[in-house]
Amino acid sequence: MPSGIGLVETQRMVVFDDDHPLTLASGAQIKEVEVAYETYGELNEDASNAIFICHALSGDAHAAGYHEGDDPNRPGWWDNIIGPGRPLDTDRFFVICPNVLGGCRGTTGPSSIDPDTGKPYGLRFPLIQVRDLVTVHRALLANLGIPKLLAAVGGSLGGMQALQWSIDHPGEIDGAVIVAASARLSAQNIAFSAVAREAIMRDPDFNDGNYYETGKQPDRGLALARMIGHITYLSEESMREKFGRRIQDAEVPRFGFDVDFQVESYLHYQGQSFVERFDANTYLYLGRVMDYFDPFGDPVRLRTQLAQGDTGFLVLSFDSDWRFSTSHARDMTTELRAAGAPVTFQEISSPHGHDSFLFDTSDYHRTVAGYIDRLAAAKG
Amino acid sequence: MRADLDIVAGMVGEGKSVLDLGCGDGTLLESLIEEQRCQGFGVERDLDKFLACIDRGVPVTKGDLEEELADTAASSLDVAVLSLTLQATRHPERVLEEMSRVASCQIVSLPNFAHWKLRGTLALLGRMPVSPILPYEWYDTPNIHLCTLTDFEALTAKVGLRIEARVLLDADGRKAPAFTTRAHNLLAEGAVYSLTAT
Repeated sequence: MPSGIGLVETQRMVVFDDDHPLTLASGAQIKEVEVAYETYGELNEDASNAIFICHALSGDAHAAGYHEGDDPNRPGWWDNIIGPGRPLDTDRFFVICPNVLGGCRGTTGPSSIDPDTGKPYGLRFPLIQVRDLVTVHRALLANLGIPKLLAAVGGSLGGMQALQWSIDHPGEIDGAVIVAASARLSAQNIAFSAVAREAIMRDPDFNDGNYYETGKQPDRGLALARMIGHITYLSEESMREKFGRRIQDAEVPRFGFDVDFQVESYLHYQGQSFVERFDANTYLYLGRVMDYFDPFGDPVRLRTQLAQGDTGFLVLSFDSDWRFSTSHARDMTTELRAAGAPVTFQEISSPHGHDSFLFDTSDYHRTVAGYIDRLAAAKG
Repeated sequence: MRADLDIVAGMVGEGKSVLDLGCGDGTLLESLIEEQRCQGFGVERDLDKFLACIDRGVPVTKGDLEEELADTAASSLDVAVLSLTLQATRHPERVLEEMSRVASCQIVSLPNFAHWKLRGTLALLGRMPVSPILPYEWYDTPNIHLCTLTDFEALTAKVGLRIEARVLLDADGRKAPAFTTRAHNLLAEGAVYSLTAT
């Protein structure tokens, strides 16, 4: 692999303020919205080479490269696809990745200060939808002077943003690359989401979401939610390969209720490291954003909206992903095609479950690279 | 573009929605989209050909055409195209029925296993025929359901399809000379059919 983008910095921009507050799809308003974002590569003269990265539930603005003082061997979360010579080639494209609205990694969310009270929002932060995330993305782009995107790319919740954007704002995106996503969560998806939410809300330290000033966060609940999430992100096969039934730091079982199997240790570690960087309220809000997502709810509107633009879609799924299985991607493909959109669809073989979208499986990256190259070539 | 695909394109017409089953590198669809204002998508199981479709800007599903048909909504398309692929499908009868379910017009091209040269190879040499249109040895051929034009026409009647048009092909996939019609099942190397439900 060629070497990556190198040293990068997270930037911040206020995109909504007192004079121009953010009005949400629900009608509620947020007075001030600051966005944390990173950019890689150079915007060309006619601003026609911009690729927008939409991150998933636990992602952030730091998609590629490394920060000052960080280990260069532990780059941003999607570094394998972004960089010189990589599918999202920063020698040719200007790549933008912000933290989403409602997030906790620099963009305004429930842990931000509510200007009305001078205290963190907590659960007073209004409920948000995927289209609100898109509204903030578009405000950032307007401020950066980018009217149109070559591509919007995202996995999981990121793919949902690219999809909603393409439908709501025809003509703004040449190609939407939607990976390991769904246009409609299944009952099983919502069930897992409900258990994760309960884990957080039943934590005695949750305190109705006002835990920022108590000094005690609902760490146990959030860790548990993350553990449940992780089980759904991996496949049975990848768990078997990674852990099998092996015992952690020992040859023979200790027989007890503490962590004994390697897989338990792994989940425990994932839970613990997650609470250090993530806010429980953000988990609740973004979980709900996914639960309620239903961009195909009105087929007539879908058709009219898509007909006004010429967005092409690349829909990808992974055979070992049981969180958003191939049937989700196929349904999305069928509905988009029925509405007249040009859709390319591929199920890719990969053992890593839902997390496959973060791996550099060769078939996967070849397809993305080919699709992006074609979008660029069509621009001339 | 391959000569037989030109004939297919002529049968498709202008401004149609098209599903190309086994679309190869997307040549036909690209031409239909760009020259004839059609829209549509293809299905291709070979990875390199699938990537070639992406390179041409042709929407495509990577996968099995029988699965794709099963996933396609009834009466959702104007035309379903199956060019030189029927003989490689597992269930030709079901494929024709499915094409009829999803589209109002079916365009099918196929090699004729009763062409006199093939008959000759089998009759005189006692070997399975290998020809430009059927270039495989029997043991490595993807063509598991070869048939003659007469066989195919009988199947179309069985599944309730009417032949709207038929163009006979020569060895180069071009329209065969007029005399071929006198004994088409003996003289034509293949044919392109335009079908519709009766």
